[in-house]
Amino acid sequence: MTTKLVVDCSTGVVEEIELTEEELAQREADRVAFEAAEAERVAAEAEKAAKRAELLAKLGITEEEAKVLLG
Amino acid sequence: MPVTYKKIASVTVGSGGASTIDFTSIPGTYTDLVLKFSTRTNRAGAVSDDVYISLNGVNTGYSGRILQGSGSAASSFSDTPNPWKFLAITAASNATASSFGNGEFYLPNYTGSTNKSASFDSVGENNATEAVQRLSAGLVTITSAITSIQVDGGNGDFVQHSTATLYGISKS
Repeated sequence: MTTKLVVDCSTGVVEEIELTEEELAQREADRVAFEAAEAERVAAEAEKAAKRAELLAKLGITEEEAKVLLG
Repeated sequence: MPVTYKKIASVTVGSGGASTIDFTSIPGTYTDLVLKFSTRTNRAGAVSDDVYISLNGVNTGYSGRILQGSGSAASSFSDTPNPWKFLAITAASNATASSFGNGEFYLPNYTGSTNKSASFDSVGENNATEAVQRLSAGLVTITSAITSIQVDGGNGDFVQHSTATLYGISKS
């Protein structure tokens, strides 16, 4: 059973309530959306790093030397 | 706590765990709200888990910018236009045993009639290299007064002893 804790701030009463089908679906949608976006972000960062490494290799300089050059 | 802080409500998760913690019927008698949480989820195979914070039961219209440190790299990203709500972080199953992540969510002018902005910070807590922390600013297109806040355990459920406390802040 998947539950939520609901706190009524006007009374201080805490209830443990089972999630509805709609709430379960929303949780799953949130999870899937984040995983997809996170994978996209990580892939973009990896691609950027690979392009940078390729460029440094073409120039024949190190990361540190590139920083000095651009600094 | 400063004298301008007043505890509105607090909850501790019991042995059965909880997917979300919902504060409802929030009084409109303060100027700002602060939510503090000390949580851990049962997400398997991970040292950290996302925390989604939403207002008034609204699931869309959230946007924001997040600065993140993972313990090995720093990054920043936008959570627009994904429906993640306000995105924070906490500890998960592979974090150091019995350690809990923590965070603070600050919501100014929560009874106003304009869109609501928020700032929040959170950390996963882990006694190892990987320990994710996030510093975030966000906006949601809700123009009515905020009367409920939901804290969602992301990919898992909050485990026993997780706590969340809502404070009201009055003008000093």
